[in-house]
Amino acid sequence: MSQKLSRRSFLKGSLAAACATCASQVPLPASAKSKSGQELATLIDIRKCVGCEACVEACREVNDFKYPEPQKPFPKMYPNRVKAADWSDEDGREVRDRLTPYNWLTIQWATVEIDGEETELSFPRRCMHCQNPPCADLCPWGAARKLENGITVIHPDICLGGKKCQVVCPWDIPQRQTGVGLYLDILPSLAGNGVMYKCDRCYNRIAEGETPACIEACPEEIQIIGPRDEIVAEAHRLQKEEGVYIYGETENGGTNTLYVSPVSFETLNKAMTKGPGRPHFGKVEDKMAHADNLAKAMLIAPFAGLAAAVGRVYQATKKLKTDTGDAS
Amino acid sequence: MTPKTNPQGFFELKFFKPLYLILLFIMGLTGFGQMPIFKRYYIADIPGLGWLANYYATHYIHYIGAIALFAFFVYAGVVYFGVLRKWFQLTWAAWIRIALLALIVVTGIFRVLKNLPDVVFSPLFTMFIDISHLAFMMFLMLSGILFIVMKKGWVVQSPQGNIGIPGKN
Repeated sequence: MSQKLSRRSFLKGSLAAACATCASQVPLPASAKSKSGQELATLIDIRKCVGCEACVEACREVNDFKYPEPQKPFPKMYPNRVKAADWSDEDGREVRDRLTPYNWLTIQWATVEIDGEETELSFPRRCMHCQNPPCADLCPWGAARKLENGITVIHPDICLGGKKCQVVCPWDIPQRQTGVGLYLDILPSLAGNGVMYKCDRCYNRIAEGETPACIEACPEEIQIIGPRDEIVAEAHRLQKEEGVYIYGETENGGTNTLYVSPVSFETLNKAMTKGPGRPHFGKVEDKMAHADNLAKAMLIAPFAGLAAAVGRVYQATKKLKTDTGDAS
Repeated sequence: MTPKTNPQGFFELKFFKPLYLILLFIMGLTGFGQMPIFKRYYIADIPGLGWLANYYATHYIHYIGAIALFAFFVYAGVVYFGVLRKWFQLTWAAWIRIALLALIVVTGIFRVLKNLPDVVFSPLFTMFIDISHLAFMMFLMLSGILFIVMKKGWVVQSPQGNIGIPGKN
């Protein structure tokens, strides 16, 4: 990894440090507090992002104490198709151009044409905090869970690192670090493989009435946070008045992270670099919709069984009476 | 014992057990498929079993199995208590099985509720229902093996069952 200090990286670092120092401890606005249990959502205006990575640095700084400190050497895994995921060395911890267990927020770039002019857009990416998160729904241990304020968190003391949450996540967000967590105390060679990490939208800061670090540190104020209804209303206003495109309102049934963009997300998705740790902006159907429909069918099933059984008991009792009558 | 009556055969006596075992096997398989083990241990590599590594597929099948089980449990319960208990008595082993099945069903209902949008349980309760659902299934499997060894079935002929055994014309 290059250690050369370019002008750009110097500016990024300086800006991040300045933001972290000056904008600390800004209280969470009253509107950002969850009223009557309503979920909190964020709105990211891609038009305003300058790609300074102040949010990335702020995220890393305030969440540093949550990062894994794995035990080495890692337990040998059986069968050997299970590979260790290790980002804990010096180079791994410094990676910023993708999501890792030590980098929960990354900036992605796309070059697009706006009004005939080639324009470079940048945008922060992290967990979308789905309204019905498959990672939390399908986690077999309850390690991934959704909080009442709409934040999805993974509990590092419970997660076994099976990576199911990443597989079922439409954006492959959670990232694994081997050599840490509960699996070391159970069957380290045979089950589990570490802990999954992702953005927890600074749930601890929110609980204390503060804003997430990425929002607080942004010099361009590209991100706002508030009750989801208000955030969606603001996105609609921008769409109506300024012709922006919206992402996250309906994706995967609705997320608590909304983006607005000057170009369509289809265009953006085509122009951006995607891959492991670099989530897409593609269309996402509601991954839990089929299960939700089946859940409704579950309500009917006992009544169907009851109706059939009552009919059967009536028929059998009648038959028995007839047989008894015949016999006598 | 001379039967006082000789009712026509109850087809339930033939299909209850195999249907119960098939449904329980499907639920067990797809339930364990919720854990990331089938791919890790090459089971999903066996031709025809690739779907076991698809969490959404196993989840849907688990739900469909639950729908069938709900209908089956209610049907079996009503038909047994409505008619069949005249001839058959549940054993203590059956009551243990029923209790475990009830716990699996109840925790399963809460798991389904948890997966609905707009339903949020506390983290501790979420973890409890996730782990207890699996634990009760493990207990059911272990008790099933134990009862097979002990030759303890679900029912024995009722002492008052002097009106004939259905299906044994």
